[in-house]
Amino acid sequence: MSGERMSAIVSVKDVTKTYDGGFTALKGVSLDIEQGEILALLGPNGAGKTTLISVICGMVNATSGTVEVGGYDIVEKFRGARSLIGLVPQELSLEPFETVLNSVKFSRGLFGKPRDDDYIERTLRQLSLWDKKDARVKELSGGMKRRVLIAKALSHEPRVLFLDEPSAGVDVELRKDMWEIVRGLREDGVTIILTTHYIEEAEAIADRVGVINGGEILLVKDKAELMSQMGQKQLTIELHQPVTQMPEALSGYNLSIGNDGYCLEYSYDTRGDRTGITSLLSDLAAQGLMLKDVSTSQSSLEDIFVGLVEGAA
Amino acid sequence: MNLIAIKAIYVYEMTRFFRTLLQSFISPVISTSLYFVVFGGAIGSRIETVEGISYGAFIVPGLIMLSVMTQSTANASFGIYFPKFIGTVYELLSAPVSYVEILIGYVGAAATKALLVGLIILGTAFLFVDLQIAHPIAMMAFLVMTCFSFSLLGFIIGIWARSFEQLQLIPLLVITPLVFLGGSFYSVSMLPPIWQSITMFNPVVYLISGFRWAFFDSAEVSIGLSLFAIALFTGVCIAIIGWIFKTGYRLKS
Repeated sequence: MSGERMSAIVSVKDVTKTYDGGFTALKGVSLDIEQGEILALLGPNGAGKTTLISVICGMVNATSGTVEVGGYDIVEKFRGARSLIGLVPQELSLEPFETVLNSVKFSRGLFGKPRDDDYIERTLRQLSLWDKKDARVKELSGGMKRRVLIAKALSHEPRVLFLDEPSAGVDVELRKDMWEIVRGLREDGVTIILTTHYIEEAEAIADRVGVINGGEILLVKDKAELMSQMGQKQLTIELHQPVTQMPEALSGYNLSIGNDGYCLEYSYDTRGDRTGITSLLSDLAAQGLMLKDVSTSQSSLEDIFVGLVEGAA
Repeated sequence: MNLIAIKAIYVYEMTRFFRTLLQSFISPVISTSLYFVVFGGAIGSRIETVEGISYGAFIVPGLIMLSVMTQSTANASFGIYFPKFIGTVYELLSAPVSYVEILIGYVGAAATKALLVGLIILGTAFLFVDLQIAHPIAMMAFLVMTCFSFSLLGFIIGIWARSFEQLQLIPLLVITPLVFLGGSFYSVSMLPPIWQSITMFNPVVYLISGFRWAFFDSAEVSIGLSLFAIALFTGVCIAIIGWIFKTGYRLKS
């Protein structure tokens, strides 16, 4: 996606949800989802991901707050809002005795779209389901059922697609296929929101990453920005003798002194053409500093994620 | 009004019905035939006439009503309970359809199925007994109204039920006794006086009486009262469904 900000197609404002049992699943969530982006909502189980999606899609009533989809309020103008949305639920909820084709056609009709056999055929072919169109759903494997759910969600040509844990219980190959499908949809201009607790999934396909925990959005950032944080590595240099002051010749490096002077920390960007490590090491030698050990470390999206989630807990 | 969605729900439900053709059509025909053999043949041969009508013919309206009421309730309750049970209700709730459209789709299909079963039983009855219908249009009207009102009741049961046991509970504990005690197989006037009075609180009596009037031009209660009873029953069901939709009861959290 280009760097410029596009208009929000989904706008969530101060949404809270307290279930009848007293459990508060959402504590004032606000979130703008931009047209044409892929947003990954990351969070541990019970974070509120599914509740948030359920509120936006109309399966759960929010306790307070508002949601607009394509400018339509999801309560006042539910028809306008919902006709833009396709939802792939987490559970493989399908009528087992129905055929794939009928099941997908039903979804299109339910969303008020006139019959279009060509479009349905294209969608099923795109998802490698055309050969199975006359098979009953119960005869399909789990991965195939997941594809049927996607086909149903796409049957009415939605502009916004929600994928709730699309990789749950899916093998690696299908997961990669699914990522391809998602990318293809984005090229067609479909906005995609997926929830996941697989960091690699967010890394692989998202434009932006939102982290949700305990019913709150902790951060929403461009993945590129997060990646640049991840792209930072630390080189830790342990010394035989401590340094009390940074030698003048090393002032050009992004160095800090640690461990009472027995340790130097050097931060660098792995994506740069030059990391500066070679010259640093030779300059250290030129200063007569004896190295005891060197090690590198990198913060992953997972570290950032865990840090945020634990920090909030 | 999202007519395409109503049609989609209706067609989908009817497809399910035709997929299970054996249970849907053949079983009511078989069970009705058995009723004719047992009640009409074995027992009926010892009863000459009831209110001037041969017993075999007398039980036809009651038999049709019995089947239509149980079929309507079962079809509609299962129709909406099944998506809840397997989780596909998410699609209904997230689709741009109003509750009224969902209701028309499901109740329309359930009532259609029950109506077809009712007509098949009527056709079967002609094979067993000599039957004449005094008011065919009124007969159809009563049949259609009963199909719709009991499908509405079934819809409520399907939304309320949280298990298959609960789904069976109301039909078994309430509807079947009411229908049996509503004069399906006998005339209310054959009961002892005290039971006659109690029976008057059974709404099904009015439906069966009205339906029987359409066949034989004689009724135990006035036809106006029968029409009022069915209208009242339908009204109560619609009011309950209105409340369910307003609150999202057992549909939305």
